[in-house]
Amino acid sequence: MADTNAPKPSSSVKLVLLGEAAVGKSSLVLRFVNNDFQENKEPTIGAAFLTQKCNLPTRTIKFEIWDTAGQERFASLAPMYYRNAQAALVVYDLTKPTSLIKAKHWVAELQRQASPGIVIALVGNKLDLTSDSTGSAEVSGDGDDNAEDSGDARKISTEEAKTYAEEEGLLFFETSAKTGHNVTEVFTAIANAIPETSLKSARGPGASHAGVSRTEEQRVNLNGPRDPNAKEACAC
Amino acid sequence: MADEIAKEYDVIVLGTGLTECILSGVLSVKGKKVLHIDRNDHYGGEAASVNLETLFKKYGNYAAGTEPWKQYGRPNDWNIDLVPKFLMSSGELTNILVSTDVTRYLEFKQVAGSYVQQGAGSKATIAKVPSDAAEALRSPLMGIFEKRRMKSFIEWVGEFDPKNSATHKGLDMNTCTMKEVFDKFSLETGTKDFVGHAMALYLNDNYLDTPGAAPETIERIRLYGQSVARYGKSPYIYPLYGLGELPQGFARLSAIYGGTYMLNTNVDELVYENGKAVGIKATMTGVEPEMKFETRAKMILGDPSYFPDKVKVVGHVLRAICILKHPLASTNDADSCQLIIPQSQVGRKNDIYIACVSSAHNVCPKGYWIAIVSTIAETSANHHLELAPGIECLGKIEEQFMGPPIPLYEPLEDGRNDNIFISKSYDATSHFETSTEDVKDIYRRCAGEELVVEGLREGIQMSKE
Ligand SMILES: Cc1cc2nc3c(=O)[nH]c(=O)nc-3n(C[C@H](O)[C@H](O)[C@H](O)COP(=O)(O)OP(=O)(O)OC[C@H]3O[C@@H](n4cnc5c(N)ncnc54)[C@H](O)[C@@H]3O)c2cc1C
Ligand SMILES: Nc1nc2c(ncn2[C@@H]2O[C@H](COP(=O)(O)OP(=O)(O)OP(=O)(O)O)[C@@H](O)[C@H]2O)c(=O)[nH]1
Ligand SMILES: [Mg+2]
Repeated sequence: MADTNAPKPSSSVKLVLLGEAAVGKSSLVLRFVNNDFQENKEPTIGAAFLTQKCNLPTRTIKFEIWDTAGQERFASLAPMYYRNAQAALVVYDLTKPTSLIKAKHWVAELQRQASPGIVIALVGNKLDLTSDSTGSAEVSGDGDDNAEDSGDARKISTEEAKTYAEEEGLLFFETSAKTGHNVTEVFTAIANAIPETSLKSARGPGASHAGVSRTEEQRVNLNGPRDPNAKEACAC
Repeated sequence: MADEIAKEYDVIVLGTGLTECILSGVLSVKGKKVLHIDRNDHYGGEAASVNLETLFKKYGNYAAGTEPWKQYGRPNDWNIDLVPKFLMSSGELTNILVSTDVTRYLEFKQVAGSYVQQGAGSKATIAKVPSDAAEALRSPLMGIFEKRRMKSFIEWVGEFDPKNSATHKGLDMNTCTMKEVFDKFSLETGTKDFVGHAMALYLNDNYLDTPGAAPETIERIRLYGQSVARYGKSPYIYPLYGLGELPQGFARLSAIYGGTYMLNTNVDELVYENGKAVGIKATMTGVEPEMKFETRAKMILGDPSYFPDKVKVVGHVLRAICILKHPLASTNDADSCQLIIPQSQVGRKNDIYIACVSSAHNVCPKGYWIAIVSTIAETSANHHLELAPGIECLGKIEEQFMGPPIPLYEPLEDGRNDNIFISKSYDATSHFETSTEDVKDIYRRCAGEELVVEGLREGIQMSKE
């Protein structure tokens, strides 16, 4: 779906992942970014910061996806993690009731702490473990002839989570990182929901809104090549 | 939750100050299994950046029942450093940030200027520190003849090669003093002052008469010059949202390589076997019920506050954090700057430093500046008077936060006997070069090898879980 000709306006959006351990946060990102899935994935190690473009009809959104790196496990996430986040993916495992309680806690925390314009998506993952996963791509659950074989591990009904999401004004999806079901849709929906006004041209991590552009010229890129006019030995 | 804490780690790190977080990050990248604990509910320890409400509460300088921070906008728009420092843009912390990719989580801005004061009281001049020969020739700090001498000194510093005696001006660099080097160029006292204190960044004049110290001094002047040359305005850079972002960035690096993080956790006891530390007993608070746990480690690292009977006091720093509504005078309305008042200019033994940042760095709302004045205590009373020459440079002050002298700690032992490796307190220098020396020193002691900064994340191993 990559649209390479006509240059469209492109902007970076910082997206943070939140949710109980092992609900599939990293797996969702891996599916979205690499279209890949790993059975028995190790707890997140080494994956810091992934980027993936999302092409919309009128603009391109470049997601900078921050994984918690496990720092949420003992409630030790750093403010740096949330800073300037424009979107949050709050994930629960729809076979595990405690994970929705945890997800609601994160939503409340986001509503209390994050910037008011943040787009929050509530995602019930591991849909492949439920009876309504096979056959139709819709999560309606009807006409499922394989239900018996696959078994139904679902513990959280679509209705319950959906009602909650509507009350709180969240985007809502049920996904499977394993099959890829609905994964791209989540990110596309987030991209569409980011208000045009909060988008500026692409920028680095933590960079933010219009208010700071005045001082932009003083920002320094530590990784970039040194000023060609700068003399290596000394400023003499 | 307690079952998620392993029975044993390679390293337990106590305190999330910058030194500890760099070490955690590096050790995790090297494949060590790290448990990192802080008793506070935030990262950064003594070197955190705090919001204005927290700052008022920390210093307690307001009447009960009042909420003076409310007149300064939202408390969370403030990120006030407890320890004022800047990064040298070509310094070792910058190198570590780049080689570990922690730069991906942070954004830096240049500090707009580096200034020095000459003279005192009503005769004081504040001027930009010249960083190259051309600036030396324009500087109001020197007369016309002195400018030429300074120009030839700066050019010589650029050519100096410690291994090539032809560049040594006939001096024996192993034994000569910096004073002798200055005298070769017939530099005046005022020039020596700003070269030694505002460029080589020595806190006092001991370097002048130390035999064999000239090459180090020259190296420091070159670091200053290289750092200015890198981005142009000053040798310093500063992270958006304050210095507290630095430990957070390295903590994230550690976590990404498998490090486990626990804030709000008190260390109840260090566990010893045969005189060597082998683990800790600790309690995580802030959860219901509190979680007590015990775990072992091959070594324990931490800041002095976790080991009160294993450290000594080596001095005291005086520090006043001031909120202003204007930039510092004579700094060309800089959004940020460093101003050094060399000791001899105001009859002291130690320099007075002023570090100033503003809303340009997302550390306060628009229209405010945060200026932190500090020096090493030389008296046991009258600390206000010791800082006065610095405070006088600030003009009208909206709020001033100054506590008792802050003790500087150093470990009593190097840790090889008891497996406890303790960092030093953040000293009075204006940059992080001594902190990164401490990181390297602790790494050498605890890992038994030199820390090679170049290519830290290449060929890394993942920790096994
Ligand atoms: C779940 C959660 C937990 C949190 N926990 C903590 C915590 O424990 N401790 C803590 O200190 N903070 C915490 N935060 C707050 C977080 O660190 C940021 O301060 C917060 O997300 C920034 O939003 P704001 O409230 O300042 O909103 P606003 O300032 O209204 O933000 C509006 C938009 O402008 C941007 N913006 C605001 N000010 C600036 C500026 N000066 N320069 C550039 N852009 C700017 C914001 O990033 C945002 O996109 C938490 C946030 C969340 C979501
Ligand atoms: N069946 C099924 N398994 C999944 C799905 N998504 C993730 N998993 C599995 O769930 C386990 C945890 O997935 P992760 O992606 O590591 O979860 P996480 O939320 O990132 O976990 P932490 O990083 O430890 O917080 C792994 O064994 C995945 O293979 C899914 O959609 N269906
Ligand atoms: Mg993960």
